[in-house]
Amino acid sequence: MDLKLKEEQEMLKTMARDFLTNKFPKTVIKEIQADEKGYSMPLWKEMADLGWQGLIIPEKYGGNGMTFQDLSILLEEMGRACMPGPFFATVILGAYPIMENGTEDQKEKYLPGIASGKFIFTMAINELDGQYDAASIECEANPDGNDFILNGTKLFVPYAHVADYIICVARTGKSADPESNISIFIVDAGSSGINTTVLKTIDNEKLCEVVFNNVRVPRENLLGEINRGWKYVEKVIERAALAKCCEILGAMQSALEMTVQYAKDRKQFDQPIGKFQIIQHYCANMFTDVEGLKYVTYQAVWLQSEGLPSMRETSIAKAWANEASDRVMALAHQIHGAIGVTIDHDLQYYTKRIKAATLSFGDSHYHREIVASQMGL
Amino acid sequence: MDFKFTVEQERFRQEVVDFLQDEIKRGLWKPTCDAWIQGQDPSFTKRVAAKGWIGLSWPKELGGGGRSAVDRMILTEEMLRYGAPAACHWFADRQIGNAIIHYGNEEQKRTWLPLIMRGEAYVGLGLSEPDAASDLASIKTRAIETDDGFIIDGQKVWTSCAKYMNYIYLIARTDPNAPKHRGISEFFFSTDRPGVTLTPTIDITGSEAWCETFLDQVKVPKSALIGEKNRGFYQVVNQLDYERAGLERLMGNYPLYETLKLFCKETKRRGVPLCKDPDIRHKLAQLEIEFEVGRLLTYRVALVIDEGRAPNLEAAMAKAYSTAYEQHLAMLAIEILGLYGSLWEDSKYAVINGMATHSYLASKGYSLQAGTSEILRNIIAQRGLGLPA
Repeated sequence: MDLKLKEEQEMLKTMARDFLTNKFPKTVIKEIQADEKGYSMPLWKEMADLGWQGLIIPEKYGGNGMTFQDLSILLEEMGRACMPGPFFATVILGAYPIMENGTEDQKEKYLPGIASGKFIFTMAINELDGQYDAASIECEANPDGNDFILNGTKLFVPYAHVADYIICVARTGKSADPESNISIFIVDAGSSGINTTVLKTIDNEKLCEVVFNNVRVPRENLLGEINRGWKYVEKVIERAALAKCCEILGAMQSALEMTVQYAKDRKQFDQPIGKFQIIQHYCANMFTDVEGLKYVTYQAVWLQSEGLPSMRETSIAKAWANEASDRVMALAHQIHGAIGVTIDHDLQYYTKRIKAATLSFGDSHYHREIVASQMGL
Repeated sequence: MDFKFTVEQERFRQEVVDFLQDEIKRGLWKPTCDAWIQGQDPSFTKRVAAKGWIGLSWPKELGGGGRSAVDRMILTEEMLRYGAPAACHWFADRQIGNAIIHYGNEEQKRTWLPLIMRGEAYVGLGLSEPDAASDLASIKTRAIETDDGFIIDGQKVWTSCAKYMNYIYLIARTDPNAPKHRGISEFFFSTDRPGVTLTPTIDITGSEAWCETFLDQVKVPKSALIGEKNRGFYQVVNQLDYERAGLERLMGNYPLYETLKLFCKETKRRGVPLCKDPDIRHKLAQLEIEFEVGRLLTYRVALVIDEGRAPNLEAAMAKAYSTAYEQHLAMLAIEILGLYGSLWEDSKYAVINGMATHSYLASKGYSLQAGTSEILRNIIAQRGLGLPA
């Protein structure tokens, strides 16, 4: 048992932190969030040049062939920096599904473009009820000759408005079991019949409504087996939930550091407020919550990276992330006092980003239910 | 980063499990909660000693097992999982041995360590006093130096091991004129001598696992002093890290957890197993989640020890977290059982051996003993985060 990173991983972490600190100060983030696109094209290109989009893509497709554990280092640093943009969507919701479920043709067609930064990808899973169950999927893909015709409305799709490709989860038949008859399609975002509206979200990340109106999708764009897609979608949700844990962890560490520094700097009643015992105890509680998240996240990441069963540990991490972050941010705000409730202070970036991340890919109820069934209850 | 154990460690864990399961099957003892502190069974301690499992992580050259802190954690994890009655040797193994190894002289190491490892020393801890608990440096028990030793006079409370205790570790004031932290010394001696009186303390659960120790002009030899005279407070601080470092803070009530889960699977209410009730399901899942966090925070302490660092921050964090978990477990257990949760073990209609009732009450002490959660948070904040003292 060992909790240390390899030397190359330490280097990746340092390099990532330097890049993100320099390139994504809060002034830049503010500009990006105000921009309709929601990301910076020059910085997107710089990240691709660093090999980030292709980090986990096999070398033969232009990537770096590294592991999910390596990627988790980037995700944590991105969370720490509160970095906006379609990186998560492109890599977690785009690259991995094609790598794991795609034909050789599909891999050759899309993976090099993802690695080079040419393609932005996303996946459309949620529908009107905002849940992650198979029964929520009502979007339909009906066969028409050699193609499929896609109809339905997807919600909360990250960066669909700038994506080159939207991977869509749809129903290709009806039966009593909601988990059967679900298929996954790679949809060219430029296809006619697609209408995208950006939703106004708490953290300014661009989640979209995507309406598919008789969108024609060629058969060769079917990802994986027809009607057998749901089990794979569950894997995507599992990995995405864990990737969100990494982001949340990084963001929470930032919030903790910011708060402890504030407690040391801010003086009231002739002393730093960090000298008052209750402030010290609040900080100790925050620290414990963050350390707890660190180890359950790293454990689940290790299991996933090793290809070992990780459903239980991932749901433990996400359920913990969801609730620990509420506690941590509540205390962060208490300690910061009024200044933390202004838009000009940096804390609000973390409050918003963390809350949005906890809502994505499973709330506490969803993940506790997974833990309960893994316990055999 | 690696979250698995070595093949050797897995084999060792299985060896411990086989031993414990076999003992249970032969009816030698029953799994109980808090067995590490209340389960006093000298014969069990001797059988564990015969396996070489007391002093597992002490240096080989002193007769110990020379194994890592992680290995010891594996051993204790299974002892706790099966609620084994390890109380007679737990304190000696967990912290007193280390105190002797770090600060004792050669003669003390060669006399006492083998005694502990043979399972013949049942050591009680004499730290707290009626007026000195969290403020440990304020202890009043005196040790007056004479030509051939010390005369110890005073009173200790919450001394563990009570019934079988034959050795005591205690701290006493050797210099009343020095600033309070700098006038304290550590002692270790057998309790079979004139002037030592034990009075049982009956705790909130009705158990007599602790006692008050009255020391009335007790004569001890020079060899009872551990380390440097008047440096005892600084010596004991390190020992407290070991006291806080273990899985007993998280798993003292593990038998309750296992029994509760089984109870919920097997008990039906109007034809439906309790574990299918969404509220109960989610309460149990929440306990599983909280347990996992505590387990990793505690294994981290072992890794820090194996790196040769004092786990001051990490042990404080693990203990403060884990005792809150155990309190939560007991609270939820009693909630799930409802009215049945209020019945003692020997009552008609009692369920799960009255474990929930017992644990609910016992757990009130967990966030207090061996460092209150408030003291621990001071350590986390000041040592861990650099907030001003």
